[in-house]
Amino acid sequence: MDFIRESFQTSLTLILALDRDVVSAVWTSVSVAVWSIILASLIGIPLGLTIAIGNFPLKRWVITSLNTLMAMPTVVIGLVVYGIISRQGPLGGFGLLFTPSAMIVGQTVLAIPIVANYTLSSIKGADQRILPTALTLGASPLQSVFQLIREVRFGIMAAVIAGFGRVISEVGVAMMLGGNIQGYTRTMTTAIALETSKGEFAFGLALGGILMTVALMVNLILNFMQQR
Amino acid sequence: MKVARFLIFGVFAVALFYQTASAQERLKMSTTTSTQDSGLLKVLLPPFEKKHNVKVDVIAVGTGQALKLGEAGDVDVVFVHARKLEDKFLADGFGVNRRDVMYNDFVIIGPKGDPAGISKAKSAAQALKSIAAKGSIFISRGDKSGTHTKEKELWQTAGIDPKGSWYIEAGQGMGPVITMATERQGYTMADRGTFNAFKGKKTDLAVLFDGEKGLFNPYGIIAVNPKKHPHVKYDLAMQFIDFVTSPEGLRIISGYKVNGEPVFFTYRK
Repeated sequence: MDFIRESFQTSLTLILALDRDVVSAVWTSVSVAVWSIILASLIGIPLGLTIAIGNFPLKRWVITSLNTLMAMPTVVIGLVVYGIISRQGPLGGFGLLFTPSAMIVGQTVLAIPIVANYTLSSIKGADQRILPTALTLGASPLQSVFQLIREVRFGIMAAVIAGFGRVISEVGVAMMLGGNIQGYTRTMTTAIALETSKGEFAFGLALGGILMTVALMVNLILNFMQQR
Repeated sequence: MKVARFLIFGVFAVALFYQTASAQERLKMSTTTSTQDSGLLKVLLPPFEKKHNVKVDVIAVGTGQALKLGEAGDVDVVFVHARKLEDKFLADGFGVNRRDVMYNDFVIIGPKGDPAGISKAKSAAQALKSIAAKGSIFISRGDKSGTHTKEKELWQTAGIDPKGSWYIEAGQGMGPVITMATERQGYTMADRGTFNAFKGKKTDLAVLFDGEKGLFNPYGIIAVNPKKHPHVKYDLAMQFIDFVTSPEGLRIISGYKVNGEPVFFTYRK
């Protein structure tokens, strides 16, 4: 119990003292996750919509592969993106490896299947008559799709929240592509991994507590937005 | 497909924008975990960063991986500890201007009771022999780090190919391996700096064998060759190397203490 109590005290001290390293890690975690989820939503929501309402050959295969991509381990995504943006890779010229941008790229790739899949299933779960009804009432195809989005907005919100939860809690992509550089690419999760490796378990757990607090605040904000 | 290409480009464009938004010159250095975990870099880097108005980005990994990052041109300078691997790195033309920086030594640690009786051994190789003969648990880094490279050399000297349920390849950094050895009450080899940082509160293991010439652990710093990778910040890397090996840099290193004990030693100039 000492271990848990000590970590609880440590996290309180760190929060109250606004420890510089902790603030920087929180900021990196949140900003990278927000950027990633914005990009992933811009790609994943239209992707999920297209698959849900589109009629094309191999549709079931596309859905199956999307489901499989959700199971892709973060280290594999990290490794693939690493191979692409390393100096020896095809996009090496940008010098992105070990920067926050690299983490954004990796986490975007991580979140796209999640956002797309949740969007897809929320549309499937909605009333199938929305689209044809809107069309018969004289709405243009684009207007009918927007009507559909309005109907399933809570499902899409859930998609974004699930994606956000995934990217802010993952450690594989952040560690591999960010490099855990202090004050630059060190996130909450890579900081926890580092403290654990140094044998500072209580301190690591304290950071875990802070991460959960941050996640709680973000979700409270989203919850508030949902209720309006 | 056009859409997909557009989207991929878009992600990169935003990522690049994010990148340039923080425009301070950055020097990328890959190094071994011991320089970071010991806390040395926290006192060594700030004076240099202030003087030259740069940020040194530290990527702390095992020596093997640190050199690989240099080979790929993903970093500008490497700061590592495995002389043989460093020499190969230089011979292959990936690095230039290697300088000796500092040293400490490796120690073999284990449970205070010393079941394999290695404290009476005459050499490190003999110590490993008795561990193998007794079948006592030995945790190996198993990650191609400088420490792992050294350990493999010693097994070779001992004429043993370590295999069996007693020999555990952890595949992790020095800290986790010391923790694992503590939990399993086994032996392992560690650099003295990291062990000192763990000694007492975090581990009840003790140094059971040390002081042999073969356990010498020198650290070197190498600039990545700009002829292989024209994009590396060679001039900045050399300024950093000059700083680390300057009297000021060396004084910071030799004056750095953990729990009242020095961690790294510098060469007399």
